[in-house]
Amino acid sequence: MSNVLVFVQQTDGEVAKVSRAAVTAAKQLKDKWGHDKLIGLCVGPSAAAAADKAASLGLDQVFYSEETSFQNYLAIPHAAATEQVAKQNDCKTIVAAATTTGKDFMPRVAAALEAGQASDIIAVNDDGSLKRPMYAGDIFADVEVTTDTKIVTVRSTAFEAAEPSGTAGSTAAISVSVSGPEVKFDNYETSGGDRPELTDAEVVVSGGRALKDETTFMEVMGPLADVFSAAIGASRAAVDSGYAPNDWQVGQTGKIVAPNLYIAVGISGAIQHLAGMKDSKTIVAINKDPDAPIFEIADFGLVADLYEAVPALIEEVKKAKA
Amino acid sequence: MKILVPVKRVPDYEAKIKVNADGTGIQTADIKWIVNPFDEIAVEEALKLKEAGKATEVIVVGIGPDDSVQQLRYAMAMGADSGIIVKTDQGVDSDVASRVLAEIFKKGDYGLIIMGKQSIDSDANQTAQLLAARLGLAQACFASKLELGDGTATVTREVDGGLETITVPTPCIVSTDLRLNEPRYAPLPGIMKAKKKPLEEIAIADLGVDTTPKIKVLRMTPPPTRAAGRKVESVEALVKALKDEAKVI
Repeated sequence: MSNVLVFVQQTDGEVAKVSRAAVTAAKQLKDKWGHDKLIGLCVGPSAAAAADKAASLGLDQVFYSEETSFQNYLAIPHAAATEQVAKQNDCKTIVAAATTTGKDFMPRVAAALEAGQASDIIAVNDDGSLKRPMYAGDIFADVEVTTDTKIVTVRSTAFEAAEPSGTAGSTAAISVSVSGPEVKFDNYETSGGDRPELTDAEVVVSGGRALKDETTFMEVMGPLADVFSAAIGASRAAVDSGYAPNDWQVGQTGKIVAPNLYIAVGISGAIQHLAGMKDSKTIVAINKDPDAPIFEIADFGLVADLYEAVPALIEEVKKAKA
Repeated sequence: MKILVPVKRVPDYEAKIKVNADGTGIQTADIKWIVNPFDEIAVEEALKLKEAGKATEVIVVGIGPDDSVQQLRYAMAMGADSGIIVKTDQGVDSDVASRVLAEIFKKGDYGLIIMGKQSIDSDANQTAQLLAARLGLAQACFASKLELGDGTATVTREVDGGLETITVPTPCIVSTDLRLNEPRYAPLPGIMKAKKKPLEEIAIADLGVDTTPKIKVLRMTPPPTRAAGRKVESVEALVKALKDEAKVI
């Protein structure tokens, strides 16, 4: 009987929340498609520590490598490790979170294993097909991967993050043979500062084009984010206008978020933005145009000038929390 | 150096897409087709490299029915030198597209492929990576900056949490993110000129690739609608609702 492999992203030995969601999806696929074991893979510095934590999430066995090829993220070594573990352990279903990491290297694994890939799934259906959004979320498609080996990337906001349970599985170090073009990692610059990751945050506050310019954007949105300990997002219009960095973009072409609370400030609510946030638990919209489409999906809409409403909101929230 | 730019036609991003009556596809009757916005960025980047003297020729390639020639003509109107249309009336998934593009790449002496990171219809985000793997080449996906060196490309990538820069040997495949550039509009004289630019037609069967899709769409449904909320009168009312009803404060 074949097995399921889940690629587990980690930082400093901690399993990423997005990957705990991928583990949940992998468990569902294991049951639905009749696989035997759930196998994990962690790579990079502190992968051994992360492997221990991953094993406690209900994985039967977790392989890890701290070799130098994984010092920084590069697609070719990541694909090589995943392909190798899949082949050596008869894994016919391979799962990863649909982060910029999973999106980047999983298709290389698909090509190497002649597998089809279903990207960004939001559910495993009763009949074993997979549900995934298309056309910026205007359509949900139920798809079947017709190849023997199947690659699946998972929209992490659509699955509960797996928690430690039962007996932890075993872990084992592996040595990965990497070949192909030499790619040099030059550097990584973080843009979020001390704020939580957009896709991980409990609260997201997002600004739109109404924020006028880069300085105004931060002057208004920064304090609002502070009072909620929130991540900051932006509409595509705000990003295109240069008010916010691209990796803050929430929408079809940016990040998909589903926090407990999403506050849209000066965002009209274009389809492509809604595609990235409409699964949030509670949605608040502040916009001075009462006909803005964002109000159609907001739980609480406030028709107001954001430059008055946002500072007032900050004060009221401080009072309410005091 | 020649640059190959794949161009896909997709429904206009402003159109509201609806499922057809039997749930097997989308309603295409009134759809306006456009060049996939990420591919337009790819065409723009290739043209800039040519204008900077770093590339000699920009060739656009499309896969699809006769109609999709229009989107190639648009790319040529932007400034691409010539086009290739691989004709098929069948659905083409990322896997098939990557197989076709691999054959096209092998036929020409290309130094670089620039293409969109995803098409805004299927939203799969796979073809560039599949193509790179098939050709044994390096990839630099989600690019927000591209600089060509001597046999290398240095690419800044938009990744979760920030920006990452890598240097890859060429030929390679670069996939574009939104901030790479702002595509030009095709000028009117360009549109006239594009009609005379060379367009090679290839039947997909002549490429000898496996054209069986690996992903089968069983059915399509509209997404569930979110229950309508309500407007609140004031900031105070909003905070009260967040505290008492949503319990998020």
